[in-house]
Amino acid sequence: MIDIQLHYAPIDIAACINKVMSPETGGIDVFIGTVRNSTKGKKVLRLEFEAYETMAVKEMTKIAAEIFRRWPTQKVLIHHRTGIMNIGEVPVVIAVAAAHRAAAFDACRYAIDTLKQTVPIWKKEVFEDGEVWVAAHP
Amino acid sequence: MKIKVLAFGIARDIMNATIVEAMIDGEATVAALKKQLETTYPKLHDLSSYMVAVNNEYALPDVVLQPGDEVAIIPPVSGG
Repeated sequence: MIDIQLHYAPIDIAACINKVMSPETGGIDVFIGTVRNSTKGKKVLRLEFEAYETMAVKEMTKIAAEIFRRWPTQKVLIHHRTGIMNIGEVPVVIAVAAAHRAAAFDACRYAIDTLKQTVPIWKKEVFEDGEVWVAAHP
Repeated sequence: MKIKVLAFGIARDIMNATIVEAMIDGEATVAALKKQLETTYPKLHDLSSYMVAVNNEYALPDVVLQPGDEVAIIPPVSGG
């Protein structure tokens, strides 16, 4: 099972985990991204996310498909939120279910690492004295 | 050929629009599009890198654009 979604409102983490539960599963690895209050010692007020929606869904689906190719896994869920998020809010939830934990851990890490490299979603950090698109400049 | 280009993130800020039009003389490759856009919007040079997506797929420089393609500028991504 692959479950990919973009959200425009808070992600229901418990619902995400429920979706990957099954009797065949021996373990679920979950990554929850949260908005941090500072970057490089500078106070962050909020993050503003934006997505190229159709392509983002396509790229996240590719990640899930690659997980099934590489690891013995049963269910992969990747949900990403866009829009304005305050400190502590959750931009991303990834949940991978597998019969055995090693595959779940490895696949979940692969999913978040790859998402950060390939999925066309952008975040702007808003500070007290300005704002910056993350990773845009060298 | 006239090409409509979607812009996201910092590319949208640089171009000051969500959609821009680029006119390419000769073969409309991704490389030619990037060159044209960089002439019009020199600040694109300041980015760490950027990609072009054609029909929702990352496209190499030698890909030739066709009428009706959905083309987008993809500045460095930062999701998660």
